[in-house]
Amino acid sequence: MSSEDAKTMAVHTENLKRIFGNVNERDHVVAVNGLNLDVRPGEVFGLLGHNGAGKTTTIRLLNGVLAPTAGSMRVLGYDPVEEGPYLRRQTGVLTESPSLDEKLSAQENLTIYGRLYGVDETTTRARAAELLETFDLSTRAAEPVGTFSKGMRQRLALARALLHQPRLIFLDEPTAGLDPVAAESVRRLILRLTEENRRTVILCTHNLVEAQRLCHRVCVLEHGQLVALGTPTNLSRNLQQGIRLTIEMDRYDPDAFSPPEAAREVTWNAGAQVLQLRLPHREDVPALVASLVDAGHRIYRVSPEEPTLEDVYFALHNAHESAGKKVVV
Amino acid sequence: MNERPSSRTSRFNWRVVHTLAKRDLKIVGRSKAILLPMVVVPLIFIVAIPLGVGLFAPQMASAGESEDLGRFLEMMPAPMRKAFAGYTDAQIIVVATIQHLFAPMFLIIPLMVASTIAAGSYVGEKERGTLEALLHTPTTDLELFAGKLLAAWIPACVIGWGSFLVYTVVANVGAWHVMGRIYFPNAMWIALVTWVVPAAAGLGLGMILLISARVSTFQEAYQIGGVVVVPVLLLVFGQLAGVLYFNLIAVLVLGAILWAVDAAMIWFGVRTFRRDEIIARV
Repeated sequence: MSSEDAKTMAVHTENLKRIFGNVNERDHVVAVNGLNLDVRPGEVFGLLGHNGAGKTTTIRLLNGVLAPTAGSMRVLGYDPVEEGPYLRRQTGVLTESPSLDEKLSAQENLTIYGRLYGVDETTTRARAAELLETFDLSTRAAEPVGTFSKGMRQRLALARALLHQPRLIFLDEPTAGLDPVAAESVRRLILRLTEENRRTVILCTHNLVEAQRLCHRVCVLEHGQLVALGTPTNLSRNLQQGIRLTIEMDRYDPDAFSPPEAAREVTWNAGAQVLQLRLPHREDVPALVASLVDAGHRIYRVSPEEPTLEDVYFALHNAHESAGKKVVV
Repeated sequence: MNERPSSRTSRFNWRVVHTLAKRDLKIVGRSKAILLPMVVVPLIFIVAIPLGVGLFAPQMASAGESEDLGRFLEMMPAPMRKAFAGYTDAQIIVVATIQHLFAPMFLIIPLMVASTIAAGSYVGEKERGTLEALLHTPTTDLELFAGKLLAAWIPACVIGWGSFLVYTVVANVGAWHVMGRIYFPNAMWIALVTWVVPAAAGLGLGMILLISARVSTFQEAYQIGGVVVVPVLLLVFGQLAGVLYFNLIAVLVLGAILWAVDAAMIWFGVRTFRRDEIIARV
């Protein structure tokens, strides 16, 4: 990527590295290891990885809160190390735990952060009222946050992250620990945020269904290293070869029909009247269905099963773990 | 177009510092664990003790307490001893206790208030899990440091000065039947309150600042921070043992020493209060 292209990116990192502890001592931790990343403006970008993969450290580095050990980065055109305060005026962060002052009311939590982000009093009050209404918290605005449920706290923390209308929003596990209803409400808010306001969002999650639904592109981190990058669909197609089909039909007659040579994992469940198999390409599906019909089968349903991001994630995780073991050996 | 100067040279924003200090004070004001010792200890020091000494000075004099005070006076430098000439035993008990013996103990109030608020502000923030969101705001390291410093220092001074006013009233009213006139404060106390009390507050919060990186709970910080009363106790015992006496010169010198220690601790604090190091420990 040319330096001009890099300038147009919301986030651009080159060989970003962060080590905790003394490198000469055994107990040092390489939290982020040579990360090269480009996030486009207006994109919802997913950082995936299990606990300790380096997601939170990456957010801290990108927001200028933590200094890198090596490498360089530009975020919204700023150098986070040298221009941290100026960058942070343009970013909003939902930290992994809501990080709210429980002794203060919802309203106070918002107005104090409004002032810290340099928003004037009148605008802060107006935006706080609007956000509390949007996030369904206006009736509890004057109550201490200590009395709020986990879902309400998460919504309030999200409102706080949006109060100063940031261009880039970091969301660190926004639905972690929430019940399904609260999690769905937060996901809808994120979707609205990106669709209506075209803000850049970096979403850290290990909820892969959530990432598949919300993210334009995702990257998978393992031990601080980037192991995959792309759209959820492309990652799935590239990493999981072929397409798995479930065909519901009246019977399966192997004498009248033999599956194509390229078909794999062919199984017939007589009880459920379901034939399952894997084909190398989507384009093989019509020919297969036609040959089944020619052989006298009655087809009731054909369901392709696209590999999910979860399948991809586990495939990557297993591959990386095995490769890691080989390197160690 | 955004201004793009370096964060190291960014303009210090007092509005941000004021907001940070006000936020911390609001939280302290709503926390019983922090508020309770800040109310109870000054009440004992500024009401119970001077009232007790004033009201019961005649009984203490007749019970032989003045013999101990006599020995205390004998160890005093001659010019100071002259100040007690012509006093009755009860008056000696009142003046020696309220004006001299109690002077170093009064410093416990700003020390304790500053260290309690600082423990709640620095360490309590870590314990409550609210520090990370604060570090992600556009505040500079210096603004964060100043906000937290003022949140502890200003109330410690205000409570110290307020306590002095109450102490003045209680000391004079409580001992009116013994003294028959307004005998308190003297010049030494005015110097103590205006010059040493703010410095003692700085010492209390500086101590917490030094230990804040190594502790993770408010209670832990509060207990370790209790060490700050040791120098005060040394001053009290020093007076009782005749090693030093609280007069105007001693108070001015003590204040100068404390301010120097404060300056060194603030210099160290500014250099070590770095968000990238703080967040690595969150």
